[in-house]
Amino acid sequence: MIQISPHAEAALTCTLDERSLYLRRLVLGSVRSAGRGHVGPALSLIEMVRVLYDDVLRIDPNSPRDPDRDRAILSKGHGCLALYALLADRGFFPLSELDGFCGTDSILGGHPEYGMVPGVEASTGALGHGLSIGVGLALAARLRERNYRTFVLLGDGEINEGSVWEAAMGAAKHGLDNLVAMIDYNKLQSYGPTDYVLPLEPLADKWRSFGFAVQELNGHDVGALRTVLKQVPAVPGKPTAIICHTVKGKGLPAAESNADWHHKNKLTDSELDAIRVAVGDF
Amino acid sequence: MRNTAMNMVHKLAARDERVLYIGSDPGAGTLRAMSKEFPKRHLIEGISEAHIIGMSAGLAMEGFVPYVNTIATFLTRRCYEQVAVDLCLHNLPVRLIANGGGLVYAPLGPTHQAIEDIAIMRALPNMTVVCPCDADEAARLMEKTLDWTGPIYIRLGKGGDAIVSKAEHGFEIGKAILMRPPGDVLMVTTGIMLQRAIAAADLLAAQGIRAGILHMHTVKPFDTEALLQSVRGVKLVATLEEHVPSGGLGSAVAEALIDKLGSGLPAMLRLSLPDRFMHNYGSQDSLLKKHGLSAAAIATSIERAHAASHTPSPQLHST
Repeated sequence: MIQISPHAEAALTCTLDERSLYLRRLVLGSVRSAGRGHVGPALSLIEMVRVLYDDVLRIDPNSPRDPDRDRAILSKGHGCLALYALLADRGFFPLSELDGFCGTDSILGGHPEYGMVPGVEASTGALGHGLSIGVGLALAARLRERNYRTFVLLGDGEINEGSVWEAAMGAAKHGLDNLVAMIDYNKLQSYGPTDYVLPLEPLADKWRSFGFAVQELNGHDVGALRTVLKQVPAVPGKPTAIICHTVKGKGLPAAESNADWHHKNKLTDSELDAIRVAVGDF
Repeated sequence: MRNTAMNMVHKLAARDERVLYIGSDPGAGTLRAMSKEFPKRHLIEGISEAHIIGMSAGLAMEGFVPYVNTIATFLTRRCYEQVAVDLCLHNLPVRLIANGGGLVYAPLGPTHQAIEDIAIMRALPNMTVVCPCDADEAARLMEKTLDWTGPIYIRLGKGGDAIVSKAEHGFEIGKAILMRPPGDVLMVTTGIMLQRAIAAADLLAAQGIRAGILHMHTVKPFDTEALLQSVRGVKLVATLEEHVPSGGLGSAVAEALIDKLGSGLPAMLRLSLPDRFMHNYGSQDSLLKKHGLSAAAIATSIERAHAASHTPSPQLHST
């Protein structure tokens, strides 16, 4: 019998502050404009991305290619609405771009593209690529004797991919303590529960056995995220894995832990009303 | 050819600190001298090609020029999505040095025979595909790889292939080399089919058929201009490749001729491997012979097609 993590229980019950609600309004505004979008995967990710971009990453929106900047890769590219909301809010591009999401001439596609979106370090969307790229970035920092750090955000369904575990072995081989893997463990992939599709447990033990220093937390707890992310590497000489227990669709009662909200097409009037009740007018 | 290419990586590394060698699990001692001289830039990363391509992309994003090396099938089939997305979509200067292009690993069977690698690599936007014919040409190619924009797939032969390339021809990626001026016939080759084309041309000459040879070491970007210049007045264009018929050199030549000439096409003979996996072993040479790609069989096929090409309407032949 698998024990339910107390962090997972906390993720279900914790409340969201105004900034988290605001970021959700940005995400859902994009979905309303485009008539489509991966809602659940973005909403589970928001606090992880928020704390990274608000409190952790050494980045400057006015100098997005600064060689000393920290690198962040959204390996679960389908969670891009959360990233776009943060990047727009932080000034990498105008907020008005969010309304063009998935438009023919928009810079913001359904998966993030390097070279199209300021602040996006790598084109992702095909799963299982980001951690390997992150290993390359982190190894380059080592070879170049630079101090930047690399953060890779992975989905739990994504780590079904064998390439993720190849990358994990590579990161451990090189002792890349300048590399942090953050796993958005919302326990629900496209078809259904991760436990049904391809069980991941014991997940923390897996990452430990692959040579990572592992931290677990409630991925919607902004304070906990700040504390853990500001203390990386968790163990010198080892890459860090942070298992973020989250809730898919967090913040929208109808969407929470509901696989039907993995990807959403047009939002109905009643759904829009429910969203306004949950996150405020938008 | 392989040793030459490997030694060139070492030589380039000595000249340019951006150069990295990344092997999966190559033969013992591969680039040992480089590993001693530049231990941080000689990386052995395990049998994890998908990861290695992504990691190379990350390194290239930071200004390195990684030379990734393993067996051709594993560098193409195994990690195709990583090559497409991580390398080609980002247009990164990673060099894929593919050991055993074509039937080099004949005795090891179909898992090791890279018979469709040219097709799948050239289908990718931003990818460059080069197939040197011998060690000397491989060395000249490697010199040009340092500052080439975007990824390059380098299809290496077995090694020990007869040296037929000439220094005076020079080498530019994307520029075909006219090895013999065309007569009634033009053979277009890539990789080690050049040696067979030269031998076949000699056999044809003995039959009174003048056959030119255009060596298309770079299949992508394709040197359409050189092809168009070389086919002027030619009655038969024969393409020679150690590859399945779809998507390789023969396809590239046919596409270029159709696109640029439209009508008035010369007759065309595409000599290739069949569209099936090989279930024979033996050697590269024995399998090429079995599939009509010995010099004698090439000459015979061209002689027949040449005779048929005297009919008034354009024809497309295929094997």
